[in-house]
Amino acid sequence: MNVTEAAAPPQALPAKVRFREPQIEMAHGAGGKASRRLVEGLFAPLLFASPSEPLGDAAHLDFGGTKIAITTDSFVVKPLSFPGGSIGELAVNGTINDLAVSGARAEAMVATYVLEAGLPTPVLEAEVRAMGSAARRAGVTIAGGDTKVVEHGKADSMYISTTGIGRPIHGLKIDPKTVRAGDRILLSGPIGDHGITILLARGELDLEADLRSDTRSVLPLVDAMAHEAGPGIRWMRDPTRGGVATSLNELARDCGLCIVLMEEAIPVRDAVRGACELLGLDPLHIANEGQFLAVVAPEYADAALNALSAAPGGEDAQIIGEVREQPCGAVLVTTRYGGSRIVDMLVGDPLPRIC
Amino acid sequence: MCLAIPGQVIELFPDQPNIAVIDVVGVRRKVDLGLLQDNLPLKGDWVLIHVGFAMSKISEQDALDQMRTLRALGEAEAAMQEIQGYGLENTENPEAS
Amino acid sequence: MKFVDEFREPEVITRTSAEIRRLADPSRHYRIMEVCGGHTHAIYRFGLKDLLPSNIELIHGPGCPVCVLPMGRIDDGLAIAQNPEVIFTAFGDMMRVPGTLGSPLEHKARGMDVRIVYSPADALKLAEKNPDRHVMFFAIGFETTAPSTALTLLRAKAQGVHNFSVFCNHVTIIPAIRAILDSPDMRIDAFIGPGHVSTVIGCRPYEWIAKNENKPVAVSGFEPLDILQSIVMVLRQLKADEARIENQYKRVVPWEGNRAALRAMAEVFELRPYFEWRGLGFISQSALRLRGSYAEWDAERRFEIPGVRVTDPKAAQCGEVLKGVLKPHQCKLFGNECTPEHPIGALMVSSEGSCAAYFNYEHRKTAMVTSISSGA
Repeated sequence: MNVTEAAAPPQALPAKVRFREPQIEMAHGAGGKASRRLVEGLFAPLLFASPSEPLGDAAHLDFGGTKIAITTDSFVVKPLSFPGGSIGELAVNGTINDLAVSGARAEAMVATYVLEAGLPTPVLEAEVRAMGSAARRAGVTIAGGDTKVVEHGKADSMYISTTGIGRPIHGLKIDPKTVRAGDRILLSGPIGDHGITILLARGELDLEADLRSDTRSVLPLVDAMAHEAGPGIRWMRDPTRGGVATSLNELARDCGLCIVLMEEAIPVRDAVRGACELLGLDPLHIANEGQFLAVVAPEYADAALNALSAAPGGEDAQIIGEVREQPCGAVLVTTRYGGSRIVDMLVGDPLPRIC
Repeated sequence: MCLAIPGQVIELFPDQPNIAVIDVVGVRRKVDLGLLQDNLPLKGDWVLIHVGFAMSKISEQDALDQMRTLRALGEAEAAMQEIQGYGLENTENPEAS
Repeated sequence: MKFVDEFREPEVITRTSAEIRRLADPSRHYRIMEVCGGHTHAIYRFGLKDLLPSNIELIHGPGCPVCVLPMGRIDDGLAIAQNPEVIFTAFGDMMRVPGTLGSPLEHKARGMDVRIVYSPADALKLAEKNPDRHVMFFAIGFETTAPSTALTLLRAKAQGVHNFSVFCNHVTIIPAIRAILDSPDMRIDAFIGPGHVSTVIGCRPYEWIAKNENKPVAVSGFEPLDILQSIVMVLRQLKADEARIENQYKRVVPWEGNRAALRAMAEVFELRPYFEWRGLGFISQSALRLRGSYAEWDAERRFEIPGVRVTDPKAAQCGEVLKGVLKPHQCKLFGNECTPEHPIGALMVSSEGSCAAYFNYEHRKTAMVTSISSGA
C-alpha cells in the first residue's frame, strides 16, 4: 500500500504501536482493511511525525521555499506481462499517477529491481525496455536505480520498487479535510479492466475475453481537469488495489462524511461486467491502473467533467456520485429503483465465488 | 450454490458433443454440456451456467411472458389513478414512505 | 446482459414493489423466508429490502453450504492436504473459512499448495496435467452443484484418472427446510424457493410444504424482478388463503427437474445416514457421499482424516441466525468479536452468509434511512 504523510518536521517521539497481530499475512498487502491497520498501527506511529494525519498518495515537502512532491511504490504482479502492459509499465505509470493524484507533476524517478536467480535475461530486458518506453512517453527521467538478486523461489521472478519526485501542479491543493457535503465524485473512465485482465491472464479460471490492462499515465487528464477546475478540486486518488470501493472508503473515513454513488453512472466495460457476474465479483473492488477519482466542488463539477471528456483518453469520464452528511464514514451505492447497499473495503483480495 | 449466469452457445464441437464455448457479454469459456445431454443446446441457444456446467436451457418465450406479466402490473391501477386524477377523489400515492 | 438486464428494469421494479404494497395487508406482519444464500446475497446487493413495506420481514434461511459446514470438516480437508503430493482445490467461497488452525488461504501462505478453481472440471484437468501429484477437490454445495461434481467423477472414472479425489460435503435442501419448519421457535408464512437447486430437483420436492404445512412457495430466480415477483406470488396466495407451489423461475426451472443431472448424482452418490450441519445439529439423510463403486476417488477413503468434531464457541449464535430465529445483529458477537475480518462463525465468512451480507451491505445504513425519512 502506498502512503505518505503530509509535510511536517520530525519532532515528535515515536507514538504507540497499535498493531497487535502476531504475524504478517497476505491480507496485509491487499490494500484493504488489513493493510490500513498495518500502516496506521505500526508504520505511521513509528515513522511519521504526525501519525494521525490522513495518509496520501504522495508527500508534498517544502525545503525552505522549494516545493517537491515525493512518492514510493512497489510492484508485484503475476504474470509479469499481460494484455495491455507489463510490470515495467505499471512501475512507471503507477509512480506518475501517485504523484498526479496528489497534485504533482512527475519529473524523475529511481527504481530498484529485486530479481530472482534463474530469471531469463530476455524477460528482464523486456521489462526494462518497457519501463524505458513508458518513462520516455511520459516525459519522466529515470535518474538511477539499484539491483539485487535473491535466491530462486524468493522473488516471483522480479519485484520493482520506485521512488518518484515531482513538482506541485499550480493551483491544486489536495486535502480530504476540505471535502464538503454536496461535492461531486468524478471517475475518469471504466473500472475493473486491469484486475480482470490479470485474473484472466493467470489462466487458472479458463476464461477468455478481449480485455487489456488500462495502465497509463493519468497526468494529462489531471492537467486538463486542473486547468479548467483547479480551485474546485478537493481530493483525488488512483484506485489501484482494492478498487474504487477502497479509495472511497478511505476518503469517507478521512473526511468524516458519506459518499453516495449511483450504480448506473459507474462506467464498466461489458467484458469486465460479464467476468464479474460469472465469478461473483464486484467491479468496485477490482484494481485499476489508469483511472482516477476526483472530488470536485459542485460549481466546478461540470467544467471538470467537460475538461476530462474532451481530453484524449477521458471520453468515458463520469460524475458517479456525491458527498453527503450521513451516515458518516460510509460509502453507499444506490440503484435507479431506490434500493441501496453499503460498499465496504474488502479484508483481502476479492475471490471468485460460486454461491 | 446459487451463482449461475445466462450465456450464449457460440461454438460447438462435432467430435466433442459434451463441450461448448459460451459467451457472456464478451467473456468466453468452455462449459460441459453433460447435464443437458438429453436435450443438447444448439449454437445460438442460451443456457444457465454454474461452475463450468450448463444447468438448463433458458426459454426466451418464458422470459418474455414474465416481463409482459410484470409490465402489466399496476396498469389497471394506473388507469384508476388517471380517472381519479380528474378531481373526483383524493387518492394517496401508495409509494409514499 | 441478456436475461439479466430485463429483470433489473427500474420502472418495472417500481411497479412490482407498488403491487407488493397494495397486496400487503397493513394489519398483518408477514414473515417470508428465502431459503437460499444466493437469494440473501441478492436481496442485500440490490437493496430490495428498501422497496418493501415495513410489515414484510424477510428471514434468511440455511441455504448457504459454506455456512452449514462444521469446522471439523474443514480441518479434515486441510489434514488431507498436509500430504506434500496433494494439491488442495476448492471454490473461492471456501478459501477464507476458518479451520481450527486457520483457513485454506492462511495455509497457502504457510506453504500448502492451495488453489482456487472455478469448476470441478478444472480440478480434474489439473490432475491430468500433474500426474506426479494428487489433486483433491473439496466439494461443497447443495443440489445445484452436486451434479457437476458427479459428472466430473464419472469423467474421471471413464478416463482412468487416478490421481484425483473428491472430499464430498454436498448437502440436500429439503431436510434443511424441514428442520426450519420443525423448529418450535419459528413462524414462517411463506417461502421463496431456491431457484437454482430447483433446476436440478424440480418443484415437486416442495409439495409437502404446501400440502402438509400449508405454506405457499414461489420457486424464484435471482434478479430483483424475480425476487419481487415471488413475493407478489406468495402474498396473493396468502391473501386468498391458498398454499401452492408456484414456479416463478419458469424460464429456467423445469417442473420435473433435470433428469440427466439426477441420473449422474444417483450413479455417483448415496445419502449418508446422517450428517452434522453447523448450527442445526445432526440431520439424517441430508448429505451425500461417494458410492462404493467410486471409492477410489473418495478422499475420505483414500486418506486418513482426523474426523474430530469441533463445536462452535458457546457465545456464537450461528445456529439461531441460520434458522432465522435471530437477526445477525442480534447475535452477541456480531460486529465486535465476529466481523468479516476475524470471523468466528462461517455465516460471517461466506459472502452469502446472512451475517456477512448484513455487515457488508446493511448495518451502517440505518442512519441514512433515518435521516432521509426525517427529511434531512
